[in-house]
Amino acid sequence: MFLAVELDGAGAHPAAWRASGASPASVLLPSTVREAVALAEEGGFTLATFADSPVPPSSGADIAGRLEAVGRAAFVSTTTQRIGLAPSVSTATTEPFHLAAQIASLDHATHGRAAWVVEGATPAELATVGTDGPPGEAAEVVAAVRALWDSWEDDAVIKDVPTGRYLDPDKVHHIDFEGATFTVKGPLITPRPPQGQPVILAADTLDVPADITLVDARPDRAAAARAAGARLVFAELEVVLDAHKPASARLADLNRATPWSTSRTRYTGSAEGLVALLATLSANFDGVRLHPAVLSVDLPALVEHVLPVLDLYPRGDTLRASLGLAKPANRFEGSTR
Amino acid sequence: MSRPQLHLGVFYTGVGQQYVWSDPGNIDHTTIDGTLEIARTLERGLFDAFFFGEGLRVRENRGRVLATDVAGRPDALTQLAALAGATTHIGLVATQNTTYNFPADLARRLSTLDLLSDGRAGWNIVTTDNAWTGANFRRGGWLDHDRRYDRATQFVEAAKAIWSSWADDAVAPDSAAANWATPGSIRAVERHTDLVDLTVVPTLPRSRQGRPVLFQAGDSPGGRDLAARHADVVFSANTEYDKAVAYATDIRRRLATYGRSPDSLRILPGASVILGATAAEATERAEWLRREQLTPQRAIGFLEQYWGKDLSAYDPHGPLPDIEPDAGELDPSRGTISIADRTGKLDRIRTWRELAEAKNLSIHGLVLAIHPQDRSFTGTPTHIADEWTHYIQTRAVDGFNITPHLLPATITDIVDLLIPELQTRGIYRTEYTSTTLRDHLDLPPL
Repeated sequence: MFLAVELDGAGAHPAAWRASGASPASVLLPSTVREAVALAEEGGFTLATFADSPVPPSSGADIAGRLEAVGRAAFVSTTTQRIGLAPSVSTATTEPFHLAAQIASLDHATHGRAAWVVEGATPAELATVGTDGPPGEAAEVVAAVRALWDSWEDDAVIKDVPTGRYLDPDKVHHIDFEGATFTVKGPLITPRPPQGQPVILAADTLDVPADITLVDARPDRAAAARAAGARLVFAELEVVLDAHKPASARLADLNRATPWSTSRTRYTGSAEGLVALLATLSANFDGVRLHPAVLSVDLPALVEHVLPVLDLYPRGDTLRASLGLAKPANRFEGSTR
Repeated sequence: MSRPQLHLGVFYTGVGQQYVWSDPGNIDHTTIDGTLEIARTLERGLFDAFFFGEGLRVRENRGRVLATDVAGRPDALTQLAALAGATTHIGLVATQNTTYNFPADLARRLSTLDLLSDGRAGWNIVTTDNAWTGANFRRGGWLDHDRRYDRATQFVEAAKAIWSSWADDAVAPDSAAANWATPGSIRAVERHTDLVDLTVVPTLPRSRQGRPVLFQAGDSPGGRDLAARHADVVFSANTEYDKAVAYATDIRRRLATYGRSPDSLRILPGASVILGATAAEATERAEWLRREQLTPQRAIGFLEQYWGKDLSAYDPHGPLPDIEPDAGELDPSRGTISIADRTGKLDRIRTWRELAEAKNLSIHGLVLAIHPQDRSFTGTPTHIADEWTHYIQTRAVDGFNITPHLLPATITDIVDLLIPELQTRGIYRTEYTSTTLRDHLDLPPL
C-alpha cells in the first residue's frame, strides 16, 4: 500500500504544540519543516502533505500562525530526493493561473515530485479576497489548471541556432479555457512540468476529478469513490501511538487542553495494532493518509515501529512513478493553435 | 560605514533578447540546478540580491508565441522558496504584479519567503495595464490604465498592514501558557477602499528584517511617486551617468515630500557589463554581443510587429519591405514597447524608410542602427571599477542591477575579475556582515 503523512504545524491535534517539547513559536521555523519532511522521507512515506488556509489554523487558544504551504514544500525541494510534496492550495483565494504556475514550478524544483491538495473555501477564507473574487467552481479551476499544465509540449524548447528559434511556436498553446464564470487564455508562463500533470489529491466531498481521492476510512466511502470514477483512494486516519505514556493517556492529556473533535477515523494504541489496522484497510484502500497527533512524538514512532514492518511500494523517480501512474499524454500534442 | 558602498544585484528577466540563449557555454538557466548554481556564485561574490522578473503572459508575435527569445520560467516565489532552502545570505527578490494578485494572498506568500529565508525576501512591485495580459486571469483586464498605481498603492498599504499585524511578542514563550498567541496581540486587517477589499486575520509574524524589502521599477511619474512613498529600492532604467544624476535628484526630492530621508531609499539602475582583458577586447565582445542579440531573424520579427504583417519572405539582408504596413496600432503582445511608443507607428516607419534610403541600410542594418546600445559598461575591470567608483562617490546611484547576457559567464567574470577591483577601491564589502537583505542594502531598521 501507499502511505502519506500530513505534516502541518506541530501535529494534527490542536494542542500538539503543548506536547512537542519545542517552543510554541517553533512551528513557524523553517528548520521545523525541514526536519519533519526529512524524517518522513527517511521513513519511506510516499508523500507528505502540507495543510493550509489563508486564515489562522486556530481562532481559539491554539496555533494562530502558519507558513504558506507551496513555500514550505518548495523550501524542502532541494533537500529531499524521493518523497512527494503536496501543498494544499485553495481554488478560491489565488488566481488559477498563479496556482498552476506554482505547482508546475514545484514539480520542476523537485524533478517530478509535486502534488496539489485541492481545497475549497469557507466564508472567512473568501473574505480574504473580497471583491477580487468571485471564486468559480472548484472543478472549473482544476480543469483550467490541468489545461495550463499541458500548454507547453514537452519538447517545445528547441534552441535551434540555425533558424534562430529558441522554441517551436507550434508546441506552445493558447488553452482558451472557458468555464461558466471565468476564462483563461494561456499558455502558462512555466513549461510543462516533469510529470506532465502533477498529482492531484482531493477529498471526495469536493467532487473534483483527482488522482488520489481522500475519504473517511470506511469501506462504503471507498466503494462510493470508486463508483464515481476515483483512480486511487486513500483513507484518512488520525493516529495517536504509545510512547512515553500509553496512547490513550497521551490523548487524554491533549484533550484536557483542547478537545480534538473531528469527523475522521482515529486510531489510538500500539504500533502493532496500527500495523494490523493498516493491513485491514489495504483490502479497500490503495493507501492511507496518516494524521499524526503530535509530529515530534508520533512521526518518529511511525518511522521506527510501523513503516519498517509494512509492505510498502518502493518509490520511483517521480511521484507519479511511485504511485504507479503513467505520465499522461498532452492534450494539445499535434494541435497547432 | 566610512564611505558609500556599492550594492549589486542580478536581474533574471526571463524574457527579451538580452540573453544569448544560443551560446553553447550556457547552463540551463531556468532549472533549479542552474538557478542554484547562479545563486551560490552570487553568494561567493557577496552580492546583495538575486532578482527575478515576471511576465504574466508569454510574449507573442502576430498571435503566436514569439519563437526567437527565451521564454518559460518558474513562478518566482516558488523558485525563490526553493533557493531559500539551499542558500544562506543572498537576498531573494520576486517581481509580483499588483493588478493580477490578491493582496492578502500575495502578502502571505512574500511573508512566507521572508521567514523561510530568515529575512532575505524582497518584492519588486509592478503593475500591468493591459487586458491582453489580463486574459490569463479570472479577474482580468478590469483596471483602467490610469488607475493601476492607485491599486498598487492601496495594495502595498494593505500588505504593510498585514506585515505589521503581529506584536513582536505575540507567541507564548512556553507551552504552559494559556494561549499560543497572547490575546489581543494579533490584529485583524480590514480594507474596503475602492480598489482593495479584504478582511483577514494574518497568519505570520515579522521576520528578522521586519518585512520584505520593497523594490519599485516603474519610471513613470506614478511609478516614481509610488517608489518615493513606499519603496526601499528603486530599480530604474536611468543608467547613463547624467540620467542617473537627474533621476536621483528627482527621486530624492519626491522622498522629501513624503517626509523620508535620502538614505531610506537605494537607487539601483539596471546595467549590463561586458568585460575584457583590454579595452579593445571588451569592445570586440560588445560588438559580438550586439550581433548575437539583434539577429537577422529578430530584425524581421521586429519589423513584423510594426507592419502587422507576415514578412518572413523578406531577406533580412535586403531592402525594407515594399508593402504598406497595416493601419492598426501596436498591440502590447511583445511586452517590450513603452506606452509612449504604442502610437504613431506610421510616422516611425516613414522615418525608418528615409533613414534606410539615405544610408542604404538593409532590414538588419536598419534594426541595428535604430537600437542604441546603452545601459552597458564595457571595458577592463579596472576601467569599470573606476567608473563605478565615480558613480558611487557622487551618489548618482547606490549600485546596479545586472542583467546577464551569458550564464554563468557574465556572473563568474564579474565575481572573479570585477569584484576584487571594487574591493581594492573600498567601495564593496569583503565579507557579509549580516544575513538579511535589508542589512545588506544598508537600509535603516524599520
